[in-house]
Amino acid sequence: MKIFVCLANVPDTTTKIKFTDQKFDETGVQWVINPWDELALTRAMELKEDTESPVKEVTVVTVGTLGSEPTIRKALAIGADNAVRIDAEPEDSYSVAWLLSEYLKNYEGDHLVLTGIESSDYNGFAVGGMLSEFLNVPSVSGVSALDIEGDHAKVSREIDGGLEQVVIKTPFVAIVQKGIAKEPRIPAMRGIMMARKKPLEVVSPGSFDNITEMLDFELPKAKPQCKMIDPENAKDLIGLLQNEAKVL
Amino acid sequence: MAVLVFTESWDGKFKKSSFELVSYAKAMADSIGSKTIAISIASVSQDELNKLGIYGADKIISLSDEAFKTLDNQVYTKLIAELADRENANILVLAHNNTGKALAPRLSVRLKAGLVSAAVELPSSYDPFRVYKKVFSGKGFVHQVVKTQKKILTLSSNSFELIESNTTPEIEEYSPEMSAVEIKTTVVDIQKQTGKLILTDADIVVSGGRGMKSPDNWGVIEELAELLGAATACSRPVSDEGWRPHSEHTGQTGKIIAPNLYIAAGISGAIQHLAGVSSSKCIVAINTDKDAPIFEDADYGIIGDAAKVLPELINAVKEMKA
Repeated sequence: MKIFVCLANVPDTTTKIKFTDQKFDETGVQWVINPWDELALTRAMELKEDTESPVKEVTVVTVGTLGSEPTIRKALAIGADNAVRIDAEPEDSYSVAWLLSEYLKNYEGDHLVLTGIESSDYNGFAVGGMLSEFLNVPSVSGVSALDIEGDHAKVSREIDGGLEQVVIKTPFVAIVQKGIAKEPRIPAMRGIMMARKKPLEVVSPGSFDNITEMLDFELPKAKPQCKMIDPENAKDLIGLLQNEAKVL
Repeated sequence: MAVLVFTESWDGKFKKSSFELVSYAKAMADSIGSKTIAISIASVSQDELNKLGIYGADKIISLSDEAFKTLDNQVYTKLIAELADRENANILVLAHNNTGKALAPRLSVRLKAGLVSAAVELPSSYDPFRVYKKVFSGKGFVHQVVKTQKKILTLSSNSFELIESNTTPEIEEYSPEMSAVEIKTTVVDIQKQTGKLILTDADIVVSGGRGMKSPDNWGVIEELAELLGAATACSRPVSDEGWRPHSEHTGQTGKIIAPNLYIAAGISGAIQHLAGVSSSKCIVAINTDKDAPIFEDADYGIIGDAAKVLPELINAVKEMKA
């Protein structure tokens, strides 16, 4: 079985966000694998290394221009066997999901698709679900544990107010969140050396349309200064929360 | 034309987020001169269904067949899309919770309707359809424009107030044409959080960080939370260390919450943590380090050891209640 992990290339989560002319200013930005996708890749690697699991190959797929290749190489250094870059500027979740589906729909072998639940840049929470609908396959969202036995996957998914264990046949799209892997893997030196030689296929996309657009970016409004309370009179806080902030 | 709302219930009772959703949908429906129609896929009593009318549902489509009890994203998408077509819905609203996140993107493709995720307010305009929302995990804001004729939104919890409009809804018992055989998702086990407030639904949250020093010190967090009717949460290092379950982790990669009051005890406020809590209406920070970044986002701050400050707050709350 092959696992496809869809990766988004996003600004490092510690980036100080700047906007110039109401557009995102990429100057000096470090790009990384979207944190949730990185956890998905980590779990995919664990499954591949588990001799009892049927997973034999991990492929990462990214929609992005040439500038996303360092991020893709990092995924190869972490251990993915090969990579696909769909050569397009990601415009909105809908077009990204469509581009991924156009590539993935041709794969006929036994497989599973993993995506992170959201991307840390535009927070769309959408690509995985959209992809599954384009592919017309089932999806499980909010996945925090994943195991595979034969042609079935055992999945834990978060529901509002609990956790469900779900059994589902492959292929399907697993949309993963925190908990799916303990810590994201860091590439080892040997992995980095090997990554240079691993196959990275570049695919030219067909024409596509975005159906949403992001306009007029702005920074959050500055917060008023924090009111400090003397630790000796910590209980004054409760009065302030009750009478001034009116939240108690 | 109609604004369609997907509601959710738990043990036969609607969640507060569903009432928020109906209020929100009703406000949109009033702006564009259309009806508000709610969908419920669960076994819910007539009395409970009527509660959706309090917040403005003109009509309720109830699918109570137990065969459709299990959330299967593909099947639910088909059911909701069929109803959206039948009712000629131009706007569809879901909660920005686990179910909404699972269904809204699929519906966006099925209905070819542009999706706005995690909306916190009404659209700023309907033609063109523009919604102001957060990006970069709260480090920026943007106007998202939807160019398709149909639109889908997911609404963040605690971001829209309940508005009563007391309509008497028409209730339709719906039997879908499709068969439940299409359900491919089998639930083999379920662990419900019992007796505990759901973190993302809570109005007050008491949260602890590494500054609490040890999982043994969580008693004061839990005691304060219980007194305030609050949910408990934690920062990422705390859940990574296994001091608390992952389900309590708030922050960029954990839960994104927006309670009325967020009390951060021994949390320094890394940018990723703030991304998950910065929408809280009031933030209280307790930390020994006066330069901790959490104080930049907080409304009230106390410089001190949380393990010593919290017991004092507990006493003060007890006095307030007395």
